[in-house]
Amino acid sequence: MRKNSQNRINDFVIKIANVNGTGSASANTLLMKSIFQMGIPVVGKNFFPSNIQGLPTWYEIRVTKNGHTSRSGRVDIMVAMNAQTYKHDCAEVSPGGFLLYDSTWPRRDVLTREDITVLGIPFSQMCNEAFDDPRVRVLMKNIAYVGALATFLNIDCDVIRSRLKKIFAKKANLLEANLTALDIGCDYAAKNFECPLSIGVETLNKTSEHMMIDGNTAAALGCVYAGATVASWYPITPSTSLIDAFNAFCERYRKDPDTGQRRFCVIQAEEELAAIGMVLGASWAGARAFTSTSGPGISLMNEFLGFAYYAEIPAVVFNIQRAGPSTGLPTRTQQSDLIACAYASHGDTRHVLLFPSDPEECFYFAVQAFDLADRLQTPVIVMSDLDIGMNDWMCPRLTWDDTFKPDRGKVLSAEEIERLGDFSRYEDKDGDGICYRTYPGTHKRGAYFTRGSGHNQAGGYTEDPNEYQEVLDRLLRKWDHAGKLVPQPVVKRRKGARVGVVALGSSDGAVREALPLLDEPVDYMRLRAFPFNGKVKRFIESHERVFVVEQNRDAQLCTLLTAELDVQKSKLIPVLHYNGFPISSEHVAQFLYEAMREESVA
Amino acid sequence: MSYLTKPKVKVSGIKKNKLGLTLRDYEGGMSTLCAGCGHDSVTAALVRAFFELNLPPEKAAKVSGIGCSSKTTAYFLSASHGINTVHGRMPAIATGANAANENLYFIGVSGDGDSLSIGLGQFAHAIRRNMNMLYIVENNGVYGLTKGQFSASADMGSKAKNGTINEQPPLDSVLLALSLGGTFVARGFSGDKDQLVPLIKAGLSHQGFALIDVISPCVTFNDHEGSTKSYAHTRENFHEVVHTDFVPPATEITVEYEDVAPVTLHDGSRIVLRKTSPDYSMTTRNAAWSYIQDHHKKGEIITGLLFLDDAAADLHKHNNTVDQPLISMPYDKLCPGAEALNDLFEALR
Repeated sequence: MRKNSQNRINDFVIKIANVNGTGSASANTLLMKSIFQMGIPVVGKNFFPSNIQGLPTWYEIRVTKNGHTSRSGRVDIMVAMNAQTYKHDCAEVSPGGFLLYDSTWPRRDVLTREDITVLGIPFSQMCNEAFDDPRVRVLMKNIAYVGALATFLNIDCDVIRSRLKKIFAKKANLLEANLTALDIGCDYAAKNFECPLSIGVETLNKTSEHMMIDGNTAAALGCVYAGATVASWYPITPSTSLIDAFNAFCERYRKDPDTGQRRFCVIQAEEELAAIGMVLGASWAGARAFTSTSGPGISLMNEFLGFAYYAEIPAVVFNIQRAGPSTGLPTRTQQSDLIACAYASHGDTRHVLLFPSDPEECFYFAVQAFDLADRLQTPVIVMSDLDIGMNDWMCPRLTWDDTFKPDRGKVLSAEEIERLGDFSRYEDKDGDGICYRTYPGTHKRGAYFTRGSGHNQAGGYTEDPNEYQEVLDRLLRKWDHAGKLVPQPVVKRRKGARVGVVALGSSDGAVREALPLLDEPVDYMRLRAFPFNGKVKRFIESHERVFVVEQNRDAQLCTLLTAELDVQKSKLIPVLHYNGFPISSEHVAQFLYEAMREESVA
Repeated sequence: MSYLTKPKVKVSGIKKNKLGLTLRDYEGGMSTLCAGCGHDSVTAALVRAFFELNLPPEKAAKVSGIGCSSKTTAYFLSASHGINTVHGRMPAIATGANAANENLYFIGVSGDGDSLSIGLGQFAHAIRRNMNMLYIVENNGVYGLTKGQFSASADMGSKAKNGTINEQPPLDSVLLALSLGGTFVARGFSGDKDQLVPLIKAGLSHQGFALIDVISPCVTFNDHEGSTKSYAHTRENFHEVVHTDFVPPATEITVEYEDVAPVTLHDGSRIVLRKTSPDYSMTTRNAAWSYIQDHHKKGEIITGLLFLDDAAADLHKHNNTVDQPLISMPYDKLCPGAEALNDLFEALR
């Protein structure tokens, strides 16, 4: 396997170990965004506990001049600010790396590795001397380590200062404290150590067309641009920030300038069953509506999802997947709801799934999800995850075509109903399995009855076997049609490749980084939607072996591929990762390298 | 079978309302409920109320859950959209639909199983949000479609058809609504059309959540001796404490009233309330609650419009939604456009 370069300029990982609830998140964002502002690509991953205060939390910043988007699997400098986890944090540093810790309380007995450099700075002591307020002392320790890191890693302190000035533009006393703390860290490092270290940054120009945004914010923005007016939700990590962002965007963009009245309605539901119910009610009435949830919410929404499938009501659901089963790890990531979502609910049901791989795609897929839901008159589930949804990603400038008009699908106006004279809700007039619908209140001849019980083409109740089956068979035709409308997979072929890799969602970055490290060429297909189509089947058939990279224990994507496509199961080799942290390129590269070497030896 | 539509026979000389529609124009599919079911009387009362209110049927939206009661939305207003949802979750569907288009008359029909057991949570939150809808609980104390199990509204000591005695205390939708902040709380009886029709009209005109719990006997599973939801028991123990007369906008009030002033609703219609029990107070929740509870203990069923607060803000007032229904908001008023994305780009750098 080819190795990445040993040169650690603009290519290293900072990991910060802290206690949650101490304000470290904003310090870490400040650090990352300052490096980003110097034109150097970054990847930020927050590993936080399901807790408000007092438990261990980590933040990983990967500085990557090549613009990789996943974790590398290394730690070059650990900032150990949590004595509870010193031992673990010390062990995690890659050989030759550094460990920076708060030496107010020297811990030579714990921090014993000889192959790394331990840097001690008395952050607490210095902050206790500089600040009076106990809370400020705690908060400023974080800014002080940012200052120390700036000196160690050659980060431009003026960039950090200008960011602080922007953040605290209206809070002069806080700005002063932050600037003081920054200097405390900078000065101590400069006076007591040889700086910069062998790892560090140099200004580049690789981020000027990027911004930093998390997937939930980007998806919420997509909902605003799609014209969604009703959102209903029940709080659940890690999906909540999507609705928060939607609310914030709507407050900014969706208020009547004269009256201050809202052109949107966000309802915090009493449970997820109500959340999806409200979405269906609003969609049935003609609004674009959505909800955002995670695994446990999906479980609760099952009955209504089946109802929407059968009664053919559009809905957009964002599933920000977290580690299951059950409550699982609410603040850790996974791709383990694939099967639960693909076939959510009893009876023969299938749902359209979209798999965004980063915040940029969260934005565009959110818009597309509404068009698809309206066109197909069925739920569309956007399968994001905690890694995409809650971490800040580098994202190219989002663009928008002002001539865009939403596709509301086959909806009859009063004039059309008048002209047609006769309306039958579930009649397949166009042969694509999709029927015409009407909104309540449009026209008395456009009225129909929506039901989850057996119904005929007219929407009337039926127990007649032929009438019942006719509707069920048409739904299958609609499903086949959906395969043509959903986003197509992205394929990268390499000359002479015998082996293929299939992945989706947030596994993409790790795969893209890993493949060039292998000794032989490998083709790569990134799935972007369910139903799969012929292209996916052909990709699998055209390779001797196909590695399926996914972040769950049970190889759910493999199961879905073999269940839906007529492909040989033995051809698919799962590459699994499911410890709750985002998959790293090292994990993928190592697995593929060994699997392919074993094969060549055999 | 419910997919059979009723034949529309035109009879000359039949009474028409101001829209030129007859009662038949407000009817729906053929009922598939048992002969004599109380629910069919409620259906008839709804048809009459709509007819008399001169409402265009296409401006109504019917919502229901699962159960005998929930089937009835197919039996009236065939020219309205209807949605028969999942068990106990009708309030959520109604809430979303109402959020999207407040210009519809929402009629929810539920039952005591649908609202007081599986759907109790959503029922409570719909009341709490004061969503603008008429919500009828067709209350018969029994699960009909699954053949006669007690529901949560069955009274202590009530006897099932197979002889079982109910030993669980009941939930009462009226008492619940009073304690949950309900703004229009009423109880009627399917066997008393004169009381029920004005109640439905008043409920439809109320700007907010209007609950009418209608004792609606199940002739098949709960109409025997020993049942407290039978026709005979209800007739015997029925006490109307406030009689409601509904007066459409710009109509002279001809009804005599004593000590309760007429209430003018948002659309200009008025409800004239006549106390028939001088000791009943419908102006304070606590008093109403205690009165109903005390009389329930004596086996009496207190009926009428039991509480009204016509000033409370509804879902959209709370949300400060634009006056125009959200479904008719043009897309250019919803999309911030390309320029906003550029501003955002700078802010997120």
